Amino acid sequence: MTPEALRAIFIEELARVAPDIDPATVSDDDHLQNDLELDSMDFLNLVSALHRRLGVDVGEADYAQLATPGLALPFLLARLG
Amino acid sequence: MSSRVIRKTEAERRSAVMPDPEAARADFSWQTARDLLEGMPGGGLNIAYEAVDRHVAAGFGAEIAIRWLGKDGTARDLSYQELDGQAARFANVLTAHGLRRGDRVFALMGRTPELYAVALGTLKAGMVFTPLFSAFGPDPVRTRMEIGEASALVTTATIFVRKIAAWRAEIPSLRLVLIVGETAPDGCVALAPAMANAPDRFATVATAEEDVALIHFTSGTTGRPKGVVHVHQAVLSHALTGRSALELTPGTSYWCTADPGWVTGTSYGIIAPLVNRCMMVVDEADFDLERWYATLERERVAVWYTAPTAIRMMMRAGEGPARGHDFSALRFLASVGEPLNPEAVIWGKKVFGHPFHDNWWQTETGGIMIANTKAMDIYPGSMGKPLPGITAAIVGHRNATLAELGPGEIGELALRPGWPSMMRAYLHEAARYAKCFVDGWYLTGDLALRDAQGYFWFIGRADDLIKTSGHLIGPFEVESALVEHPAVAEAAVIGLPDETAGEVVRAYVTLNASFFASEALEQDIRAHARRRLGPSVAPREVVFRENLPKTRSGKIMRRLLKARELGLPEGDISTLETDEK
Repeated sequence: MTPEALRAIFIEELARVAPDIDPATVSDDDHLQNDLELDSMDFLNLVSALHRRLGVDVGEADYAQLATPGLALPFLLARLG
Repeated sequence: MSSRVIRKTEAERRSAVMPDPEAARADFSWQTARDLLEGMPGGGLNIAYEAVDRHVAAGFGAEIAIRWLGKDGTARDLSYQELDGQAARFANVLTAHGLRRGDRVFALMGRTPELYAVALGTLKAGMVFTPLFSAFGPDPVRTRMEIGEASALVTTATIFVRKIAAWRAEIPSLRLVLIVGETAPDGCVALAPAMANAPDRFATVATAEEDVALIHFTSGTTGRPKGVVHVHQAVLSHALTGRSALELTPGTSYWCTADPGWVTGTSYGIIAPLVNRCMMVVDEADFDLERWYATLERERVAVWYTAPTAIRMMMRAGEGPARGHDFSALRFLASVGEPLNPEAVIWGKKVFGHPFHDNWWQTETGGIMIANTKAMDIYPGSMGKPLPGITAAIVGHRNATLAELGPGEIGELALRPGWPSMMRAYLHEAARYAKCFVDGWYLTGDLALRDAQGYFWFIGRADDLIKTSGHLIGPFEVESALVEHPAVAEAAVIGLPDETAGEVVRAYVTLNASFFASEALEQDIRAHARRRLGPSVAPREVVFRENLPKTRSGKIMRRLLKARELGLPEGDISTLETDEK
């Protein structure tokens, strides 16, 4: 999967969990919880949506890797192998 | 009900603040609580004086009151002396702006050091403190500020611009908006320079025991949220239950993970620990597994008060991430917000060396009422027994009066009024307040049973309120926001079981003519609700219906929607007029 395709999927799932977010304004440095105001349930819902969509398992210990799109995308890409 | 039991050893019992709970119950007098307090030198009782001033006066000013952990990894200690100085500065800022005793100060901000100075400074000034959860959207904030007739608001520039600015002028009572930091938008006052220029001494107002100190908001099934009024006398309950239910003795390193925007985060995240001269750990960040384990270890946390949702999130990660951490400083673990499942109680023992001690109370009770205390054997899944000074019963209607039910019978959990932290009113709602009291009992709205050994077990809510991540959500407030979406004709909101959050909010809506169900519309309605209500209150899911089940009088039968969703018996549907489609 290309980084661009992965980013599109990530942003799409993010906007499905938190539809109040405008996908066009999400930047790679935005902290999902501090800047985009996801709460912890939103975050868990995003993790399971990514699992369904990409087949990637993200354990609780790795949640910090998903803090921003900038961190999450390389992490997920590596997991997709 | 669980047949498992966690027996306490003799050594554990002896180490408890209350080694013999039955004897403590038998000998109880509220004088025990008064003995933990000082009272003001010239008479009067003020929560802030008990929490801060007196410790400084007694020579404990250098002890750490708050160990603050910033989101960015920084840490800052505030001694009792420094906290007293900051609170005094804040009290001076309020009075310098013309606010007077009895005025109402609302806080809408994250867990930063300023929040604690705001809470205590407000109380020092004899004013009334109301914390709001900073993740609330503009609608819940506005409703609460209207009901509470806010005189002043303390918030951040970001929150002000996003949630408040548009309607600030429409709250006639609001005379002052303070903005955390060095600068403020037009018409607001920057808090940092105001505090810096204010004196760090303030003569704490000698409030009377029955003077209003706190207003906390809680949800109702119908109508607007309720402003629950608490008075300075509540500090008797906070001081005593901090000791007896949470083992808060002077010098204890204590971490309450609740946000002060909810009652737990004020009663047990500010007042009880400070009154008992503990070192409070305050984490600005929300739940993060690694961060939490590291915090418990690094800060040598001895007493930890947290919530089922957080515990279940830890359990999801398994024991692995906990290994390698030194939790040896922990001596007591407690949980509140919703019933803690038996597995979670036991998991605590396995991973931290101590079981979680569940306890029960609500916004109206102001403090812990029923608890598993340190010396008690634990029946996992039970909320424990009434604390000394508290009379609880399971009641039901028998021939038009309330009667106490026997062991094993399910009824409504009721308490004999009269403890110090009992609410004194619902703001502007005398009738609603009066309805809570029947035949000499305060009715809690929770269904429960008591077993033969006197332990209480939570069964469910007696009404349609939703418990999600430990927070009570009123369906009416959510439905009101939903029907403001142009596509939505009618809405019904229920809670569905969720293994992490306890319950999650789901909405059923019917659409206005010319709108059609689609995924895009579902997201648009949720987006609208999240903007109005905030993520923790808005529905996680919206489903479309052609009709909602209604009674002849037009009332939506939420209970029926829920029963159908869960495959439970539909119960009495004789009043059903229009059915779901």
